[in-house]
Amino acid sequence: MSEHVTLPEGSLEKQTTTLNLGPTHPATHGVFQNIIELDGERIVGADQTVGYIHRAFEKIAEFRPLYQITPLTDRLNYCSSPINNMGWHITCERLLGVKTPKRVDYLRIIVMELARISDHLICNSIVGVDSGAYTGFLYVMQYRELIYEIYEEVCGSRLTTNIGRIGGFERNFTDVAFQKLEKFIKEWPAVLEEFNNLFVRNRIFMDRTIGVGPISAERALNYGFTGPNLRAAGVDYDVRVHTPYSSYEDFDFTIPIGNTGDCSDRFLVRDQEMWQSLHLIKEAYKKVQEFKGSEADVFHADVPAYYLPDKKDVYTKMEALIYHFKIIMGEIEMPSGEIYSAVEGANGELGFYLITNGGRAPYRLHFRRPCFIYYQAYSELTKGGMLSDAIITMSSLNLIAGELDA
Amino acid sequence: MNMALTNEIIKTRLADKFGDELKGWEEPYGLLTFFSDKNLNLKVLQFLYDDPELKFRFMTDLCAVHYPLNAGAELAVVYHLHNLVDNIRIRYKIFTDINKPDVFSASALYSAANWMERETYDFYGVNFIGHPNLKRILNVDEMDYFPLRKEYPLEDQMRTDKDDEMFGRT
Repeated sequence: MSEHVTLPEGSLEKQTTTLNLGPTHPATHGVFQNIIELDGERIVGADQTVGYIHRAFEKIAEFRPLYQITPLTDRLNYCSSPINNMGWHITCERLLGVKTPKRVDYLRIIVMELARISDHLICNSIVGVDSGAYTGFLYVMQYRELIYEIYEEVCGSRLTTNIGRIGGFERNFTDVAFQKLEKFIKEWPAVLEEFNNLFVRNRIFMDRTIGVGPISAERALNYGFTGPNLRAAGVDYDVRVHTPYSSYEDFDFTIPIGNTGDCSDRFLVRDQEMWQSLHLIKEAYKKVQEFKGSEADVFHADVPAYYLPDKKDVYTKMEALIYHFKIIMGEIEMPSGEIYSAVEGANGELGFYLITNGGRAPYRLHFRRPCFIYYQAYSELTKGGMLSDAIITMSSLNLIAGELDA
Repeated sequence: MNMALTNEIIKTRLADKFGDELKGWEEPYGLLTFFSDKNLNLKVLQFLYDDPELKFRFMTDLCAVHYPLNAGAELAVVYHLHNLVDNIRIRYKIFTDINKPDVFSASALYSAANWMERETYDFYGVNFIGHPNLKRILNVDEMDYFPLRKEYPLEDQMRTDKDDEMFGRT
């Protein structure tokens, strides 16, 4: 060592390499950073930085009437916005004591399960991409499009849907919407089947995922895992079954579980859930078709103080005009209360903790975002693995930056 | 344990153990809610976790609420716990003085609490004693206030005193 060179203290002792993944990096699929400590190619530690797209939703929500909070929920997990929207409507309905008609519940189940399919589809096909199999991803995106077209027909938008209202839907499903749904139900099984054939027994894919990023059931529970990631570890907890909402109790379906909680199990659990979702959609659609006559036109509950009246009534009826004005101007005072209400989001238990004090906006609204809670386990999941395993673990957890940061 | 756990049983069990230390029993929308002195929080959580009958081993959520008019107890820390075996939830609160917001950290008991406590610190300034890494998580490290406290209004959309050329406003 030359005596003229002054090295920073500790630089000779440091035996590991620090590698930055992110904040913007093709392998992170979102804006968050992983600082990984490597010993050769083995990971000895990972430190996550989140918050790059924090938008202060909880603060904004304290200044908005209930219906204006729905667009904020769109932007949590934006791969399955409809579930977030419905979760929020259901929270408001529980707070207000609104009972939704059965037809609305079934239509909601159709929309939510479509959203679950599109979310799991993204996650599983991205796991494919990160293991080097690009084909599946490109192939299935064409069919996610069918789902987005159904959303478009129901609510007018595709990604950030703002779908539904407190009490039901903004309009009835059109015939075209049902035709598109039928097309999806008909074409989808063959596509998913083929997608499975590409991956499930593919030797390379199996070698890349089995035993990678595992977590035990105890650790997963202690870390607050929910959704497919918890079920992959072998715990059959599903909000749809444990605290049913939107009439999920009327349906028979299976909760797939894994046992090792590794990437492969997470992939397979999501895969099986897509089949279950398809089954639920078919059943719910069957039930929707059973409504005849005037019952077949029901698409919202009767909650005039929160549900925007039909535009033609606003022009011709006094009452409708008053409610329209009051809702739009945010002049509805809501009852005071404190409620925690959760739905099974695509990533797990999506909870809304809402406190109201009789004002026009919530006193406090806290989102329980499943992503945020399980991402803290990432360091433990990847320790001892290879760098390439860390990437695939990240994508199989399905981290959505919008949900992480709120 | 033969019968399913109910709010009544949980309440009796907790009252047997802690007596009058647990207060404010309510059941808003069917969810058993109570609070205690903030220094008891780890004892209560540990009991809820360990007790063979209660088994509240899943932390669903942890967050804070600010009540500026509640002098001496302005900040509430709210725990939502879930017993997954009997499928029942409870809500447990503690209140702290905003000028000395020291609360024991539950992160050793529930790993899930780690980031949720960081988030609560970030937005409300609750100082979790014993937390392994209590620093801001969603806001920038340089921030010198706790933005979700009620004294901070939303930013005025029309403000002109800020140089934000980069955001299209002048």
